[in-house]
Amino acid sequence: MTDNGSIAAATWEQVELARHPDRPYALDYIHAIFGNFFELHGDRLFGDDHAIIGGPAGLDHRTVMVIAQQKGRTTAERAMRNFGMANPEGYRKALRLIRQAERFQFPIIAFVDTSGAFPGAGAEERGIAWAIAENLVALAQARVPILTLVLGEGGSGGALGIGVGDRLLMMEHSIYSVAMPEACASILWRDIARKVEAAQALKLTAADLKRMGLADEIVPEPSGGAQNDYGMAADAAGAALRRHLATLEAVAVDRLLEDRYQRYRRIGATS
Amino acid sequence: MFRPKTRYVALPSPRVGVGEEIDRLTCPKCDTSLEPARLTAALGVCYRCGYHFRLRAPERIAMLVEPGSFREEDQNIIATDALGFKDSQPYSKRIEQSRASTGVNEAVTWGEAILAGQPLVMVCLDFAFMGGSMGAATGEKITNGIERALHSRLPLLIISASGGARMQEGMLSLMQMAKTAAALGRLGAAGIPYISLLTDPTMGGVTASFASLADVILAEPGAMIGFAGARVIQQATYETLPEGFQTAEFLWQHGMIDLVVPRPELPTVLRQLLELYATNGVAKDFDLQPRAKASAPTPAVRG
Repeated sequence: MTDNGSIAAATWEQVELARHPDRPYALDYIHAIFGNFFELHGDRLFGDDHAIIGGPAGLDHRTVMVIAQQKGRTTAERAMRNFGMANPEGYRKALRLIRQAERFQFPIIAFVDTSGAFPGAGAEERGIAWAIAENLVALAQARVPILTLVLGEGGSGGALGIGVGDRLLMMEHSIYSVAMPEACASILWRDIARKVEAAQALKLTAADLKRMGLADEIVPEPSGGAQNDYGMAADAAGAALRRHLATLEAVAVDRLLEDRYQRYRRIGATS
Repeated sequence: MFRPKTRYVALPSPRVGVGEEIDRLTCPKCDTSLEPARLTAALGVCYRCGYHFRLRAPERIAMLVEPGSFREEDQNIIATDALGFKDSQPYSKRIEQSRASTGVNEAVTWGEAILAGQPLVMVCLDFAFMGGSMGAATGEKITNGIERALHSRLPLLIISASGGARMQEGMLSLMQMAKTAAALGRLGAAGIPYISLLTDPTMGGVTASFASLADVILAEPGAMIGFAGARVIQQATYETLPEGFQTAEFLWQHGMIDLVVPRPELPTVLRQLLELYATNGVAKDFDLQPRAKASAPTPAVRG
């Protein structure tokens, strides 16, 4: 095997770990980290999307607003969660929660875990692109601290639609990509079989994002991956979230927003 | 010999044409063989069936703004291969080739111009350059354009034509969605009008960021507009897609855009919108951090 080939194989191993069927999902982390989670439902416009969940939750002596992408574990739950791929309703429910967080000054904690927004005719008819775009602005302007933690898969605009914030944390074996490797291989080569090659080229591992300065911290996972010890993974995630939240809460809100703007402004800046 | 793709049409453009004279051109919709001179006179709209050919950025700009008024900015911003990406060829080579074959340095061209007597910032994407895809340099130029509109208090017009985010720049591309959206958030809060024109095609991360965040969204007839491509949707859901799925007309029916505008009517529509939205003076309550003073969203104040 060539050197390049072994790097590609190692990258693909990360992709598979990020998608491991036994990996803890958002609700596993939420119940482990927060004292009192009350799930809110519905976008007040069309329906309730079970691929994006959220609501207020207790963290130490404060309330935070949790927004999360949720995958299903059983066949029935996978169908109910639409495999973690949200429709516009999911993003509009998230928008409702962002506005509410702002009103009550709850910091926002977003858990990203999706292969992407749902590619469906209904999603297009109801403006999936519009819903995501609106969230990008709402998150950029929300006058509360925002932490994003990628749990497993961070897929494209569908991830970014709840993923703009002040800090980007990634679980050690999570990935975050402009497109999932299969989609990228399909776009570039019209051949899904070249997904391994695409995965390597995309630079999508937590380590890659940290190297590029896009991720702030990698949260360590138990040996072999988070699926081996949910408690340990949640403890590490909880500790990292508390630490970053404390830092952000000490920053004046105008400064916080300017820093958040510059955080994205400088990506790809030429001067 | 270099032969332009038939979906583009070369209009008499001062600086960049698609290439050589084309003597025959077939409309991809009605299959009519078209006379280039007549097609050019019709602004690249098939004079038989109304099909709108794709336009290059320089052609589109020349078609809309007052002659000689366009002052291009950031012409020298060029994409870099930050990831060392290689598909069938290295990305750096792909950039070079795209620059050579299109005559522009990036998938977007922007500057200040005068349209209907109104100074404005105009940002125009070019599908011929790597499918109009948004990489870091593309996002940077678009954001510079938005920020110019904000700082100079000028209305903003963005004309989109893009397949979405640029794969070859990975996450750096994706983050341009957040960057352009954040800049538009500031523009909107400052009460500066933004008109978006969606042309064929506008897809993916471009639709899901700056292209759909306008005060008024226009689209050209028949333009394909959406997030996921029809092929991807069919593969994922096995759904039979309705007739006209993701066309401008389809999106208008679903309330996603304000108006479908045939190309010859575009100057009139833009004039009308600029008169309405810019008459009271743009952004009298101009503030770089417009929401800094109140926790509730600040209503846009107009003269």
